[in-house]
Amino acid sequence: MIFLKAFLVTGLFCFIAQVIMDNTKLTPGHITSLFVVFGAVLSFFGLYSKLIEFGGAGATVLISNFGHMLYMGAIEGFHEVGVLGLASGLLVKSSLAIVSAVVIAFVLALIFKPKN
Amino acid sequence: MRKDEYQKLVSEYTPKENKWKNAVIAFLVGGLVGLTGQVIVTILQNSFGMEVMESYSWLCVIIIFLASLATALGFFDNWVSKCKAGLFLPTTGFAHSVTSAALDYRKDGFITGLGSSFFKLAGSVILYGIISAFFLGILGVIIYG
Repeated sequence: MIFLKAFLVTGLFCFIAQVIMDNTKLTPGHITSLFVVFGAVLSFFGLYSKLIEFGGAGATVLISNFGHMLYMGAIEGFHEVGVLGLASGLLVKSSLAIVSAVVIAFVLALIFKPKN
Repeated sequence: MRKDEYQKLVSEYTPKENKWKNAVIAFLVGGLVGLTGQVIVTILQNSFGMEVMESYSWLCVIIIFLASLATALGFFDNWVSKCKAGLFLPTTGFAHSVTSAALDYRKDGFITGLGSSFFKLAGSVILYGIISAFFLGILGVIIYG
């Protein structure tokens, strides 16, 4: 059942993104940025945690999860060290995604040549 | 030729893409990414005895690695142009944008090319993510305490 839910959550987000892209002049760059902000907004209303409870990995593979992680990092930082924690905690949770993407991309760029 | 006439002519010759077909493909491919993610997470939890949060973290790394590798091998651009939002909306799209920028701009040098263009595509995701999370964070702290 969780597999079906994961399928539906990711599928639905991608469906909405595709409909927006086809009916506006927005590029994939606009849409991914939009969905990151959307993820932070959902997180602000406490909805993104619910979405993860419902859809499991289907919700965490989305780029919106990045916005959720940033927001949760800021809030947790605030509760741990106060006002400055908003900034110092902001990137804590999403550090994994950024650092692994940077390291992997850099190493691959050393090994591979661009195609075409 | 007037501007509106020209625009009419352009729109006549622009190939019409089937919007519903695109959306259904995005739904199916995106769904498949989510389903695969859930399968990986379940395996990590059951066979490797991981906590739920830990398995999500590993999934994040695995997805980024697979998407980056597919980009470096030259498959991914093709797949994205066919599957569209199904592949660029999940974290795969983020990994793809970083890796393709790194590959493409390496020829301009490590500092002036790879270094300065590394976040050319992914930069807006990080920028607007941080900006929105920061100000929503302030608002959230004020409202929820």
